[in-house]
Amino acid sequence: MSDPKDFVAVLDSDARRTPRRIACITKRTSPQVRVKDEDRVMTYPEVFFRVAVAIEVLAIALVVISLLWNAPLEELANPMHTPNPAKAPWYFLGLQELLHYFPPVVAGVLIPGLVVMALIVIPYFNINVEAEGLWLRNRSRRLRIFGIVVVVFCIFLAVFDVWVALVPTIIVAAFMLLAARTDPQTAQGFKRWLVGKPLSFWIMTWFLVELFVLTAIGTFFRGPGWSWVLPWRA
Amino acid sequence: MANTLDQLVEQVRENRIWRSIFRSGTGASNLHRALFVQQNVFLHLFSVKARKRTVGFSATWYLGAMTFGTFLILVITGILLMLYYHPSVPQAYADMKDLQFVVSSGVFLRNLHRWSAHAMVFLVFAHMFKVFYRGACRPPREFNWVIGVVLLLVTLLLSYTGYLLPWDQLAYWAVTVGSNIASAVPVMGSKIRFLMLGGTAVNANALLRFYVLHCVILPFAATLLVAIHFWRIRKDGGIYAGEPAIEGKSE
Repeated sequence: MSDPKDFVAVLDSDARRTPRRIACITKRTSPQVRVKDEDRVMTYPEVFFRVAVAIEVLAIALVVISLLWNAPLEELANPMHTPNPAKAPWYFLGLQELLHYFPPVVAGVLIPGLVVMALIVIPYFNINVEAEGLWLRNRSRRLRIFGIVVVVFCIFLAVFDVWVALVPTIIVAAFMLLAARTDPQTAQGFKRWLVGKPLSFWIMTWFLVELFVLTAIGTFFRGPGWSWVLPWRA
Repeated sequence: MANTLDQLVEQVRENRIWRSIFRSGTGASNLHRALFVQQNVFLHLFSVKARKRTVGFSATWYLGAMTFGTFLILVITGILLMLYYHPSVPQAYADMKDLQFVVSSGVFLRNLHRWSAHAMVFLVFAHMFKVFYRGACRPPREFNWVIGVVLLLVTLLLSYTGYLLPWDQLAYWAVTVGSNIASAVPVMGSKIRFLMLGGTAVNANALLRFYVLHCVILPFAATLLVAIHFWRIRKDGGIYAGEPAIEGKSE
C-alpha cells in the first residue's frame, strides 16, 4: 500500500493545477487496486508439459475407442439405390433438419451464411454496441424491441411448422425475460449472474441450444422419409 | 541408473553437433528455458512465459491443445492411410476392404482416423464456445477469433471431404445430400456444384477432387492458419486470463 504521506490535502482555486478527484462507489462494490504484474510461469516446461499430458490422455482415449468400435463401412456406393434416410455427417444434421422445413436456399445457404457472418462479427459487436448486461440500461425500450423480435420470429417459425426450433427459442426467451424482471440491486446467485449477461451472450446461448437440439434430433430421432423415430426402436 | 542416464543426456546436449543444432545449451535456469522456446522455429510461436492463471485446467480445459492433438493424430494416421489408398472408382472401396482384411492393423488405423476426425469437429466447437463464454474473444483478441472461425470452416470441410473417400453408400449419399445444398445457391448454384464435383453428379472426378482437397489443399491451409492462430496468442498478449487480478485477493 502507498504511503499516506503521498497525499496532501490542499485547497486551491486553480482546478487545472490541482484537479479535484471524487470517488463514487456504487452499491455492492468496493475500491480495489488492480494488479499490474501477476505471477508468470515458464512456458517450457510448465505449459508444454501440461499440453503434452492433455494430448496423451486424449490419444489414449481415442486409441481405446478405436480398439473397441469399428468405423462404419457400408456396401459399395450405388448411385441407383438411395438409402432412406440419406443422412449427411452428424455436424450437418442440424442443417439437414432445417432443410426439411425451409427451401434449400434458406436452410442451405442463407442460414449457414448468416451464422458464419454472426460468428465473425461477435467480438467486434461486443465492444461497439455492448459489453454490459442487456437489461441494465433502457430496460423498457429494450423489452419492447425484444418482445416484437421474439413474437415475429416465433410466428415465422410456427408458420413453417419448425416446432423443434421454436421450443428452444421460447425457453431462451423465457430466461431473458427472467433476467429482465430481476432487480440487479437485490438479485442473488443464478439470477444475479443472468442479469449481467450482454446481448451477445444471449444470442450465442440461443445458437448453442438450437445447434444442440437440431443436431440431436437429426442424428437420433429421424428415420425413413425424415419421419420421427425413437433411437432405441430404429 | 537415473544418475547415469541424466549424465548421458547432459553429455549429448553438450556435444558440439547437438549444440550446433539446438543453441540454447544445457542447464535448467530460466534463461535456458526461455531460450529453448525462443530459439526454436516452431516453439517461438509461443511466448516464453505464461500467466499462471491461464495454465490450470479451469482456464481453457485444454480444448485448443486437444484439438491440435487430434490434428496431429489425423496427419499421422492420414499419411499412413494414403499408402494404402487409390482415389479411383471402385478401387477406393476395395482399398477399404483391404484395410479391413489384408493390411496389418488396417482396421485400427482407419478407426483411429475416423474417430479422431469426429473428435476434432466436436473439440473445435467446444473450444469455440469455451473461448466465447470466457470472454476471450473480446479485443485485443478479436482477429484471432476470426481466424478461429475460418479454422472451424476448414475443419468442417476437411471432415466433409474425407467422408467421401471410402466410397461406400454412407459416403456417397452424405456427399450427394451436401452437394445438392450447394446447388441451392442463387444464380451460380449449379456452377458451384459442378466446380465442386468435377461433373454433374458425384462420380470418379468428385472422388479425385475431394481426395486432393482432403490430402493437400485443406491440410496445408489448416497448418498455415493454426500456426498464425498460435502466434497470434502471443501477439495478442497471451491466453486470456479473465478480469485483471485484484491486489491482496489473488495468489
